[in-house]
Amino acid sequence: MSIWEYANPVKFMRASGAILPWAVAGAVACTLGGVAWGFLTPDDYRQGATVKIVFLHVPAAMMAINIWVMMLAASLIWLIRRHHVSALAARAAAPIGAVMTLIALATGAIWGQPMWGTWWEWDPRLTSFLILFLFYAGYIALWSAIEDPDSAADLTGVLCLVGSVFALLSRYAVLFWNQGLHQGASLSVAPGERMSAVYRYPLYLSMLGFLLLFLALLLIRTRTEIRRRRLAALIARETRP
Amino acid sequence: MLPLLRRDLTLATRAGGGFGLAVAFFLILCALVPFGVGPDSAALRPIAPGILWLGALLACLLSLDRIFALDHEDGSLDLLATAPIPLEGVVAVKALAHWLTTGLPLVAAAPLFGLLLQLPAAATPWLLASLVIGTPALSMLGAFGAAITVGLRRGGLLLSLLVLPLYVPTLIFGTEAIRRGLEGGSPATPLLFLGGISAAVVALVPFAAAAALRVNLR
Repeated sequence: MSIWEYANPVKFMRASGAILPWAVAGAVACTLGGVAWGFLTPDDYRQGATVKIVFLHVPAAMMAINIWVMMLAASLIWLIRRHHVSALAARAAAPIGAVMTLIALATGAIWGQPMWGTWWEWDPRLTSFLILFLFYAGYIALWSAIEDPDSAADLTGVLCLVGSVFALLSRYAVLFWNQGLHQGASLSVAPGERMSAVYRYPLYLSMLGFLLLFLALLLIRTRTEIRRRRLAALIARETRP
Repeated sequence: MLPLLRRDLTLATRAGGGFGLAVAFFLILCALVPFGVGPDSAALRPIAPGILWLGALLACLLSLDRIFALDHEDGSLDLLATAPIPLEGVVAVKALAHWLTTGLPLVAAAPLFGLLLQLPAAATPWLLASLVIGTPALSMLGAFGAAITVGLRRGGLLLSLLVLPLYVPTLIFGTEAIRRGLEGGSPATPLLFLGGISAAVVALVPFAAAAALRVNLR
C-alpha cells in the first residue's frame, strides 16, 4: 500500500469520490465560520473595521503561493513518474490559483484604499503577486494552446519548473527594486509582532477553510478532467472506422 | 557546433533574414516615446534608462520566434535533433546566434538612441555594461520560450506571454545598475546580480529548452 496506488485513475476516482463531500462540507463550514467569527471580532484600535478583510485576504494570498508549489510538485511527479492524474491535477489547480491571486490582489486593493490612501502601489509584495498572476496566466494559456494532452503536460511541466525559479527570483528582485508599504509576515511568531489571539484564531479557521476549499475544487476539477478523458476515449473508440 | 553557428549567422544576415529589423524597431520605439510623454528633456531624462532597456527587451522579443520556427518548418530541426551534437548544444548555439545578430546590434545602438532620449553621458558606460551582461539572458530565455511554442500555429502572442514574466529580474537589475550609476551609487551589486542571472540562465536553460524541443519533435 503506497500513495502511488492513487495514481491509478480508477482508485483515484473512488478515493476522491469518498473524500469530496467531506471536503466540500468542511470548506463551507470553516470558510463561512472563519469569516463570520472574524466579523464578530472587535474593531482594531487603529484600522477600525477595515481589518476584517484580513480573513479573506491572508488565506487567499497563502493559497495563491501554495497552489503554485502544489503545481510544481505535481509537474515533477508527472515528468518523473508519468502519472496522468498528477498532470491533470496540476492543470486543474492552475485556474484556482489564478483566482486566489486575484482575490488577494482585489481584497488588498479594497483594504489599501482606506488604509494607505491608494488602490495600488508598486510595493514588492503587491508587485510579486502581480508577477505570480502573469505566471499563472502563461501556464493556463500554454495548457489551452496545445492539443495533444501528453505534449501539453510535458511542456507545461517544464514551464512550471522554470517559472518557479523565476517567480522566486522576481520575488527577491523586486525587494531590491523598491521598498514597500506592506507589512512583513502576517503570522510572525516573534513576540511583539504577533497578531492578537482575538484575530489569530478566526484567521486560522478561515485559512483551514480556504485549504479545504482548494481541496474540494481541485478534486472536482480533476474528476471532471478524468471523465472528459474517458469520454474522449469512448468517442474515439465508437467513431473508429 | 561552429558550422551550425556559421550557418545561422549567414541565414540571419542574408536577404529575408530580418537582420537589422530589431534595431529599426528599437529606433522607432525610442522615437515614439517623446510623442507619448512630450519633448521636454527634463521629463525624458529620468525615464531614458528604463525606455532603453524596455526597447531592447521588446526588440529582442520580436525576433524570438525565428530561432526555431523556420528550421521547424523546413525540417532541418529534425535533422539537428538526430545530429551527433547534443540538442542542448544546438539550443545554446542558436541562442548565441540570436544574440550575435539581435542582442549585440541592440547594445551597439543603445548609446546612440540614448542621445535621442537625453540620457546623460555619464550613464552611457553603465548602459553598455548592463546591456552587454543582461542581453545574453534575454536571448537564452527567449530560446526557451521559442522551444516551447515551436509546434504551435499561432505561437507568437503566447511566446510573449510566457517569456516576458521571465524577463522581470533581468530588467530590474539592468535598469537598477544604470540608475545607481547615474546617482553616483555603486552599480556593482546589480551588475553582479545581472551577471549571475545571465551565467545561470546560459548554463541551465539549454537543458529545459532542449527538453521542450524533444517534446515538440516527438
